[in-house]
Amino acid sequence: MHQTIRVNDFAVKLANVNGTGSASANGLLMTAIFRMGIPVCGKNLFPSNIQGLPTWYEIRVSGDGYQARALDYDLMVAMNSQTYARDIKEVRAGGYVLYDSSWPLDKSLSRNDVTFLGVPLAQMCNDAFGNPRERILMKNIAYAGTLCALLNIDMAVVEALLLEKYGMKQAMVDSNRKALMLGYEYAKEHLPCPLPFRLATIDANGDKVLIDGNTATALGCLYAGATVAAWYPITPATSVMDAFTKFSAKYRKDKETGRSNVCILQAEDELAAIGMVIGASWAGARSFTSTAGPGISLMNELLGLAYYAEIPAVVIDVQRVGPSTGMPTRTQQGDVLECAYASHGDTKHILLFPSNPNECFHFAAKSFDLAEKFQTPVMMLSDLDIGMNDWVTPRLKWDDSYVPDRGRVVSKEELESMAKYFRYSPQDENNVPARSLPGVHPKGAFFTRGSGHNKLGVYTEIPDEYQEVVDRLLQKHKSAAKFVPEPIIERREGAKFGIVSIGGCDNAVREGLDRLADRGIAADYMRVRGFPFDEPVERFLLEHDFCFIIEQNRDAQFKALLTLETPVPKEKMVSLLFYGGFPLSAKNVVDGVVSHLEGSK
Amino acid sequence: MPSIVKPSAAHPSLVRNKLGLTIRDYEGSMSTLCAGCGHDSITAAIIRAFHESSTPPEMIAKMSGIGCSSKTPTYFVNGAHGFNSAHGRMPAIATGAIAANRSLTFIGVSGDGDSLSIGLGHLAHAIRRNPKMLYVIENNGVYGLTKGQFSASADIGSKPKKGDPNRMQPIDPMLLALTLGATFVARSFSGDKEQLVPILKAGLAHKGLAIVDVISPCVTFNDHEGSTKSYVSSRKNITRVTEMDFVPPEQEILAQISPQGKTAVTMHDGSVVYFTSLPEGYDPSNRLAAYSYLSEQQGKGEIPTGLFYVSTDQPELHELNATPDEALVNVPYSKLTPGAAALDKLMEGYR
Repeated sequence: MHQTIRVNDFAVKLANVNGTGSASANGLLMTAIFRMGIPVCGKNLFPSNIQGLPTWYEIRVSGDGYQARALDYDLMVAMNSQTYARDIKEVRAGGYVLYDSSWPLDKSLSRNDVTFLGVPLAQMCNDAFGNPRERILMKNIAYAGTLCALLNIDMAVVEALLLEKYGMKQAMVDSNRKALMLGYEYAKEHLPCPLPFRLATIDANGDKVLIDGNTATALGCLYAGATVAAWYPITPATSVMDAFTKFSAKYRKDKETGRSNVCILQAEDELAAIGMVIGASWAGARSFTSTAGPGISLMNELLGLAYYAEIPAVVIDVQRVGPSTGMPTRTQQGDVLECAYASHGDTKHILLFPSNPNECFHFAAKSFDLAEKFQTPVMMLSDLDIGMNDWVTPRLKWDDSYVPDRGRVVSKEELESMAKYFRYSPQDENNVPARSLPGVHPKGAFFTRGSGHNKLGVYTEIPDEYQEVVDRLLQKHKSAAKFVPEPIIERREGAKFGIVSIGGCDNAVREGLDRLADRGIAADYMRVRGFPFDEPVERFLLEHDFCFIIEQNRDAQFKALLTLETPVPKEKMVSLLFYGGFPLSAKNVVDGVVSHLEGSK
Repeated sequence: MPSIVKPSAAHPSLVRNKLGLTIRDYEGSMSTLCAGCGHDSITAAIIRAFHESSTPPEMIAKMSGIGCSSKTPTYFVNGAHGFNSAHGRMPAIATGAIAANRSLTFIGVSGDGDSLSIGLGHLAHAIRRNPKMLYVIENNGVYGLTKGQFSASADIGSKPKKGDPNRMQPIDPMLLALTLGATFVARSFSGDKEQLVPILKAGLAHKGLAIVDVISPCVTFNDHEGSTKSYVSSRKNITRVTEMDFVPPEQEILAQISPQGKTAVTMHDGSVVYFTSLPEGYDPSNRLAAYSYLSEQQGKGEIPTGLFYVSTDQPELHELNATPDEALVNVPYSKLTPGAAALDKLMEGYR
């Protein structure tokens, strides 16, 4: 049979039981491929559980650099007998299934159009290791060894990774190496190595790094100079604060005194977390919280206070699937409207939509500048896919000339020379008044309140006085449009329509655009990166006959926001919605676009 | 506090504190509470406590939630920043502010609805974190602004102006604070300034969260026969546990000092609180004893007042978080950013 050799272009799915140590083996494979200079994308599709439930990891290798989820699996590493049936079904025709042949595979699972590769992993590990825990853990490393042989993963790279990881712990290095070689040598001897789809070292990653969005976000907060962080543990945002805590210990701690220039508070709930952020910002610190949708629900109350009393606050929302508890370990963009208008009464917030770890880093830092410049909450909407998966991303770089934009804050000297200070008057060209911080000067003393106040900050129930303030707040929000990150627009020759998306849709949409182009369908693309929307967003929507609005929620929240906040007729916008909880793939985009185009013929 | 607008000039005979400020410098705007409200008496005591403590007005941060009590920070120390925040959330907001700027002197003013119902969780966790703040609960057993519903501190048998008596267990902030490990637990009565002012001053000097429950009768909704937090009822039932006097490092303040059972507690700033134990042998350093004494007395329908418990050796918020002595808001950005080179080095670990 003639077999086409495919180099650096395939997808592997690994089916495991969670809590058995597969994550480190899968991460090892992913990092090894990255180090071979090959663009790679890894996705952890995990359950909301600690141990015993099915979990999957997908590795997509793409020499062309595509990073969206691939739905065609060339190889299934079936390590979980509970999910054999569905896992085996997912392999594409002509693909392969790697399974543990310590036990025979049920005949009913057999498929004629795929090749089954059996390796007695449990048997080999039981023979090689005495400790029951080690036997389970090392089975993962053993299949990693098999994959090294099947896919041509550079063993020297894997060895180096093991040494880096376990370093001084020689026993760990030894047992990992032993397990790795068990799987590798068995494959070399018994299996058709390498498979027709395989790896070859290239140099396509340049100085890129492999990092997850939450780690990058934490670095953004660190570099922005955040000194007070408050949070309540929640998937998938927890690793933001874990990383911030780790980096704070490394970079903010005085080695002599043991004291740290940061205060990280694990709050009793998200109500308190945002309260602490608001209190700290009110006192003059840069402060943030990280949370997910359920946390935003609880924070609604105080986000309204911060909006109305004009107090900066940075909120990192790593979105997951709602409503209610929803699916905590699955991804979605379901918080767009909730964040845009969080809290009762007339409120509008500044939103940032990063699409990759590099943007997580820069947008997180920018959130603090915007929050202080506009004296209002800023919410950065990341998602589980961006936040918790490792991505090949441009190396994070910092510019040492950065100076925090603290916005309008009156100094002691200014207060000294002022006849009288008023908190909400006068305003600047962006409709922003000047803050005064406590502890600076008695003339700056001010009574902050969430109750009705006039432009001097005095309690009021007089309609005109109340309206004057909330009207300015509306203008202030509009002024922020020029300061949020501008949309990224890519045009194609002969485009008949546009595609618009936000955040984590980006990789799938860009790959989808290429696949559509292969079919002779050209489309322009705009990725919106901030709210309030600036004029280019409006113009792009108006200049096309129609645009697909691609997002990951059921109710077309982003489209709704575009409809509410721009004069674009909603007939010009066609929704493509994906909200099952897994990251988007290019196939989703292409199928959605094509079926709409055919349907409207 | 004043219910009528007074001229702003200070009379030459007014006592000046060590900053040269008179009590007038610690006053605030005119009260908008009902005439005769217990809260206004507490405001007057707070004004005295700050004046006598010689706290610079601009270094005071007045935090509150929502409710009649939470309105009162406008009625004292005009020269201080105030934050009338959201119902029940004051402890959280104050905690953030204290984390950011430890050089300020914090007072949190709350009520029984604010602290014992909607914000009970925040109060409980503020106790655990022990931030340095005087936390005053102006406790009247009712919701005033919404016209007289019972709060969680209403006693069994309390009768509202309309409707049935309360039959649910009250939440007692003192027993709660003792249970959760609060480091300063005191109660007073809005009508007893001689006792209240020294307690407030001690609370201001305390290293950690000082919880002061002040029984403050509501003249409109809870001051009538059958209400256990009315003036009549409170005056009759209050027993003094400890007579307390506060002695700042510089100058001893003269007040009624009970001749027996005097105990001295040194506060973190070197100032000393003396309290006279009544009954004899009352030990304010014994949490368990304080708890059983209070339960016993309250079982008899009495409201003990005084400093029930104090501990100065437990870590406060900043010690727990190993933050520097310098307020975080004053740390320059140059000390906060690791710099471009450090990031570049860090990135090598992600390759």
